[in-house]
Amino acid sequence: MQMIGELFTANESLSNQILWDIRIPRSASAFITGALLAMSGVIMQVLLRNPLADPYILGISGGAAVGALSAILLGLGGLWLTNAAFAGALFSILLVFGIANKFGKWSVTRLLLTGVVVSAGWGAVINILLTTTSTNNVQSMLFWLMGDLSQSQVGNAHFLLLTAALLGGLFVSRSLNVLVRGELVASALGINVPSLRLLLYFSASILTATAVTVAGSVGFVGLVIPHALRLLGARDHRLLIPGSLLLGGSFLLLADTIARTVIAPQQLPVGVVTAVIGVPAFILILRRSMKD
Amino acid sequence: MALLELKSLSLQIAGKQLCNRLDLSIERNECWGLLGKNGVGKTTLLHTILGLQPAQEGEILIDGQNTSLLNRQELARTMGILFQQGIDELPATVMETVMLGRYPHLQTLIRDNPADREIAEEALDAFELGALSNREITTLSGGERQRLALATLLTQAPDLFLLDEPSNHLDVAFQIKLLKILTDKISSASASFLMASHDINLTARFCDKILLLIDGNNYLAGDSEEILNEENLSRAYDCPIKSISQDGIQLFYPQ
Repeated sequence: MQMIGELFTANESLSNQILWDIRIPRSASAFITGALLAMSGVIMQVLLRNPLADPYILGISGGAAVGALSAILLGLGGLWLTNAAFAGALFSILLVFGIANKFGKWSVTRLLLTGVVVSAGWGAVINILLTTTSTNNVQSMLFWLMGDLSQSQVGNAHFLLLTAALLGGLFVSRSLNVLVRGELVASALGINVPSLRLLLYFSASILTATAVTVAGSVGFVGLVIPHALRLLGARDHRLLIPGSLLLGGSFLLLADTIARTVIAPQQLPVGVVTAVIGVPAFILILRRSMKD
Repeated sequence: MALLELKSLSLQIAGKQLCNRLDLSIERNECWGLLGKNGVGKTTLLHTILGLQPAQEGEILIDGQNTSLLNRQELARTMGILFQQGIDELPATVMETVMLGRYPHLQTLIRDNPADREIAEEALDAFELGALSNREITTLSGGERQRLALATLLTQAPDLFLLDEPSNHLDVAFQIKLLKILTDKISSASASFLMASHDINLTARFCDKILLLIDGNNYLAGDSEEILNEENLSRAYDCPIKSISQDGIQLFYPQ
């Protein structure tokens, strides 16, 4: 209650500062990260036509993790860590695209296989970094790997990206409805499949890279939010795109609130909480939809 | 000007010659049957006409324009295809599926245009699917799915219908009904169709023109009465085929 009052008063009290300098920025980070991941998940699942696809399946989070962990290893923090993570993600996006593209025709299977293999490669590098580093660093590395919002900051750029993703997503939503029916059907109905796929690959990748840079590899949101919405009946991408933004954002906001309060003053990595509340919630929705 | 013109079209798949220097001209208001034995290249030819597969050589003109100069949306407005393998098993309703046919014509960005919905509903009614419009496609029978795919193509309303075995999964009554719907559509919209089929008799009854693929190098094209005879069919199918006439209909049967 006191906090709600602080929203509407301008003073320099401690609780006012906590609200504006800590709580609200962190909530914004949580919402934006969840929204970006869920939208990226929707796009990846259409692009790869695979229900198991999530924002990390093509190795973007692995690349970001290697960047971030290297920064931690070198004792760098703050902006350096963020930049290193983003650079790692970008490198991975281009690497996967380059390899998948190199052998001529760009097919979904080849993209998926390349992504999974590159992802496994990053996994190995991450393990090397984890096992060879000092104990001090290991905990911050683990927090980063599980997804953690305590250090994260978002700014206008993130908000703009989210808005652009929403508008762009709505713009192509009908094309996504056609593309999920398969490459041949989509081509026959007038879609330039190769260019749409290219657009989807790079936009989903940028959304993922941004989310991972903000919060580390928060699992589960990007895989499960799109499926939950589909099971609840939103299969049209004109609904799925804005729906995943709202549900993904709200879900991560809720998870993060739990993560920082449940064993206060200690904090849990938010990625743990997303799984703990997400798994039973998802099973419930799955059961309900099977009864219908 | 011909609706579709194939100029010296050659097709190859995995090194096997399917068509060699095929010339064909389809005018508006024509119903073409595409016959030939398994693997002779009927599906490949339909896919190539729509640009889903590259031709080895030759030109494809639609309304006088080379199809390689048109983008996918322009192609989808003039040509539509019924695939042999039918539609996917993805969760979707009958209405959502049939509305996909309007995609190449969409004027609005997000909202459905009521006019588009009307076209879709008419197509569903034509194939007696009106009552099923909210059903999940996964719960449909094989015949209902085939009718849904046909209704989607009717919703797309192209000038040239490319049909890959449209009578698959359909009972005899619906086979006749389908061909009647199509021939009506052809005459009301001055469109045309090219239908690949294994049913010689259905093709003979409803198609006034025939393209008979014999092997990688030989084909026959022309009026049904000229092409469809025991000699040509026996040669094309590598199997003796006889015919009888009853009630003014000529029927072919393998011996």
